[in-house]
Amino acid sequence: MQVTMTVNDVEVTAEIEGRLLLVHFLRDTLSLTGTHWGCDTSNCGTCVVWLDGEPVKSCTVLAAMADGHAVRTVEGLARGAELDPIQEGFMQCHGLQCGFCTPGMMMTCRALLDKNPDPTDAEIREAISGQICRCTGYSTIVRSVRWASVHEAANK
Amino acid sequence: MTTVEEPKTTTFDDNDQKPVGFGRMLRKEDPRLLRGRGRFTDDVQLPGMLHLAILRSPFAHARVVSVDTSAAEAAPGVKAVVTGETLKGLGLAWMPTLSNDVQAVLATDKVRFQGQEVAFVVAEDRYAARDALELIDVEYEVLDPVIDVRQALAPDAPLIRDDLEGKADNHCFDWETGDADETEAVFARADVVVQQDIVYPRVHPAPMETCGAVADFDAVEGKLKLWSTTQAPHAHRTLYAIVAGLPEHKIQVIAPDIGGGFGNKVPIYPGYVCAIVGSIVTGKPVKWMEDRSENLISTGFARDYIMRGEIAATRDGKILGIRTNVLADHGAFNGTAAPVKYPAGFFGVFTGSYDIEAAYCKMTAVYTNKAPGGVAYACSFRITEAVYLVERIVDCLAAELDMDPAELRLKNFIQPDQFPYTTKTGWVYDSGNYEPTMRLAMDIAGYADLRREQEEKRARGELMGIGISFFTEAVGAGPRKNMDILGLGMADGCELRVHPTGKAVVRLSVKTQGQGHETTFAQIVAEEIGIPPADIEVVHGDTDQTPFGLGTYGSRSTPVSGAAAALVARKVRDKAQLIASAMLEVTVADLDWVKGSFQVKGDPAKAVTIQQIAMRAHGAGDLPEGVEGGLEAQICYNPSNLTYPHGAYICVVDIDPGTAQVKVRRFIAVDDCGTRINPMIIEGQIHGGLTDGVGMALMEMISFDEDGNCLGASLMDYLIPTALEVPDWETGYTVTPSPHHPIGAKGVGESATVGSPPAIVNAVVDALKPYGVRHADMPLTPSRVWDAMRGRATPPI
Repeated sequence: MQVTMTVNDVEVTAEIEGRLLLVHFLRDTLSLTGTHWGCDTSNCGTCVVWLDGEPVKSCTVLAAMADGHAVRTVEGLARGAELDPIQEGFMQCHGLQCGFCTPGMMMTCRALLDKNPDPTDAEIREAISGQICRCTGYSTIVRSVRWASVHEAANK
Repeated sequence: MTTVEEPKTTTFDDNDQKPVGFGRMLRKEDPRLLRGRGRFTDDVQLPGMLHLAILRSPFAHARVVSVDTSAAEAAPGVKAVVTGETLKGLGLAWMPTLSNDVQAVLATDKVRFQGQEVAFVVAEDRYAARDALELIDVEYEVLDPVIDVRQALAPDAPLIRDDLEGKADNHCFDWETGDADETEAVFARADVVVQQDIVYPRVHPAPMETCGAVADFDAVEGKLKLWSTTQAPHAHRTLYAIVAGLPEHKIQVIAPDIGGGFGNKVPIYPGYVCAIVGSIVTGKPVKWMEDRSENLISTGFARDYIMRGEIAATRDGKILGIRTNVLADHGAFNGTAAPVKYPAGFFGVFTGSYDIEAAYCKMTAVYTNKAPGGVAYACSFRITEAVYLVERIVDCLAAELDMDPAELRLKNFIQPDQFPYTTKTGWVYDSGNYEPTMRLAMDIAGYADLRREQEEKRARGELMGIGISFFTEAVGAGPRKNMDILGLGMADGCELRVHPTGKAVVRLSVKTQGQGHETTFAQIVAEEIGIPPADIEVVHGDTDQTPFGLGTYGSRSTPVSGAAAALVARKVRDKAQLIASAMLEVTVADLDWVKGSFQVKGDPAKAVTIQQIAMRAHGAGDLPEGVEGGLEAQICYNPSNLTYPHGAYICVVDIDPGTAQVKVRRFIAVDDCGTRINPMIIEGQIHGGLTDGVGMALMEMISFDEDGNCLGASLMDYLIPTALEVPDWETGYTVTPSPHHPIGAKGVGESATVGSPPAIVNAVVDALKPYGVRHADMPLTPSRVWDAMRGRATPPI
C-alpha cells in the first residue's frame, strides 16, 4: 500500500507493507535512526514520536495509521544549529548517559512543556512514567526539564 | 583528605568553561545523541544487507529429534536457513564461554534452557526472516527439567550436561576461601552467633538497547567486519579468531554507540556467531538484533545465589567472624564472565568493611535448565552478592544485640591506619577512611531526627523504616599475575598522539556504554598534558583503531584504562620536556611544568607551551640528541592492585500497612571513589545504580515455573523502576585517593548497584520490626511484604 505523511515538516510518500510498524518505517525506510526501538510491548518508550503533536509509541502504531498525518521525531527538534531548550537542558543537567532512551524522553518532555510550561517535579515524573531509563535514575531528567522550563520562561 | 559537598538539588549553572583538567564538564558525546545522530548497532545500514532471526527452544530441556527447514527455505525473501547440524559440519556448533565451559551456538543434541538457539533464518528484511521462523518444523522429545536449584544435585536429578565427557551429575564447581578451622574456633567462643538464610534472586540487566550485530565478511579480502554490542571489542576479536579460525588481523570488531551494557554485553552470544556465519554463507552483510523477549530469556542474567550467612560477635558488638555457605545457580552453561582463577568472581570480599578475626566461605555451583550468565548487571564480579550478604547479616546482628545499626558498623570499621588492609580472605584494600563517610551520610540524612520521627510514627501505628549499608568494593581487574579471562591478561593499552598544531587523539581499549569516556578520558589527558579537553579526541570501540585491552566492565575503565591514559600522557610530557629544554636552551632539570607549558625555573617569562612544543616536534630544526620526531606514545598498563571504593548509604521507606506497598521516601548516598575526575558524570553513575537497587530490592526478578518457562520474558512481566518508583537522590562524597593509581582514582560505575539493595531491604525490615520481622527476601513486592507482615515470609525461590 502507499502512504503519504509529513515527517519533520517534509512530505514523504512510500510503498509499504500494511503491517509495517511506524518505528520501522522511520528507521529502515526513511533512515531516521534517532527514534529507537526497545521492547515491543509499549513499556519502554524509547520509540516515542509525535503523531499530530501527540506523543505516541511508534512500536505500536502502524505506518499505515500515520497516512495523511504529521509525524515529528527527535531529528525534528532542533532548528538548524540551534538546539531546542529541552535538548539544551538534557545536556546541561546530564539528563542522558547512553542516549538510547533520550530521544523518546525528550519528545515526551517537549510535549509536556508545550502544554504546561512550568511543571512541578511530580508532573514531570508522571509525564515520563510510561518510559524507562536504565542509566540516569531520572533525577537528572527532571532537572533537565526544569532547566528548559526556566530558560524558556526567561527568554520570553 | 575528606571534603564535603552540599548536596545539590536543582542548580542550573552553566559551567563548561574550565579549560583543562578535572571538574564538572559537559559531555562531548551529548551533541550527537541529543540530535538523534548517535550510531547504534541497529542504525548500521549497509548496501545489500540481509536480516537474521533466530528460532529458539520453547522447552527448558528436550532432545532435538529433527529439524525440517524445507518450508522456510522456500519462503519469499529467504536467503539461508542454518541449523545446528549445518554448524556441526563447519565445526562451529559449540563455542567456548568466558569461564572455560562450552555453549551451543545452535543446538544439535538437546536444548537446555527455554530460549536456547536452535536455527536461524537470513532473509531480505526483518519481517520476512521472522515469518520464516514459523515455517521451521522442529520435533522435540521433552525431558524433565532441573529448575529447583536445591534439587540439582539430587541423585535422581535429570542430567543436563551429557555433552561433557564423563559428566554424571549437574555439579558445576566448588570453591572456598578463608580458613574454616580458624572461623569455627572464633564462632565457638563468640557470645552471640546469628544465622540467616538470604536469597539474591536472579535478575537481568535489561539494557534499553538489546544485543545485536552486523557482520560483513569480504570473501575476496578475507576480512570480517563486525559491528556489535560489545563492552569488550578486543577480547571478542581474539575469541572470534579462536572460535571461527579466522586470522585475528583479518577481524575488525566495532562497538559503535551502545545503549547501556551493565554487564549484559560482556559475553559472546550465539547470535553474534550466527551473524558471522550468516554473512559468510550468503556473501552479504547480515544484521541480527534480538527482541526484548530474547534479551530477557537468553542473555546474561545476574545473581541467583542462595546464601546462608552467619556472624559471630561479642555481646557488646565487636564482630569476630563471618561465615557463609552458598549454592550458586549457573544455568545450563557456565557463561560467567570472571577472571579464570575467580569462578565466584570477587565474592571473597564478603567480609565487608569490618576488621574481623576470621572468615570462611564454601560455595557449590550447579547447572540448571535456565539461561547461562551469572556475572552481569553492574555487579562488580559478584561483589553485589557479597555486600548484600554482609550488610544484611550485620543488620541481623544489630537486631539481635538491640544495637543501632549505624553504631554497630562504626564500632567495627577497619581504621584508617590499618590500610593497606589484608582481609581474612586475602584481599588487600588499598585505602579507606570509613568513619567520615558514614558520618557525612548520617548528617545529610539527619539520622537522629529520622529515628525520632520513626519512634513517633511507630507509636501511631505507621510503618517507617531506616536502612543503612556500608560497602567496600574491589574494582579495576586486574593485576595480570593472577587475573585473566581465557588466558588474556586484564591489562589495557592506551595511545596518545599530539598533532603538530597541538590537538591530540587518545585511543583507548575500553568502550563506553554511556559512562562518558569521551569526556572523562579527555579530561584525564588534559590534566596531565595541559591541552584543553575540547582539543582532545577520544577514539574507542574499534579494534582496528585502538590498542589491545580487555574492555569495560567491573568498573575497570578508570582504574585500569584511566591509569593508562594518565601514564601515556606523562610519557608524552617527558618527551615534550626534552624538546622544551632544547627550545629554551636549558637543561631538563631547569624546567618547571606549569599546566600547559614548561617554564625556566626562576624565569617564568621564558616558557614554551605544549602546542609550541608539538609544532617543534614535527617541524623544522634539530631535536635534541637521541630524540625522534613526533609527539606520541603508547603504553600497556598492568595494575598493581585493584582499587577499593567505599560508600555509606541510608534509605528511608514508608510502608502502607493496608496495601504493603513500599515507598522509598529518601535515599542518601555518600561515595568515596578517590580522586574525582568529572563530578557530574560520577553523580550520574551513582543515580543510575541507585535506581537499579530499587529495582532489585522491590521489583525485579527473573523467575521460572516448574516446567522451566521464563516468567520474566517481557517488560510487562519484568518490572523496571520508572520515575514514579524512585525518589530525588541525595548524594555527597568524601575523597580517599588510591595510593597506587597514578591519579588516585577508583572505579565508581557499580558502587550504587552494589551498595543500595541492602540499604533498601534493611529499611523495609526495619519498618516491619513491629511485626517481628528479622529478614525478608527480595524482591519486596507488596504481596511478599504482606506475607512478611503476617509471619509468612518465604524465599522467592
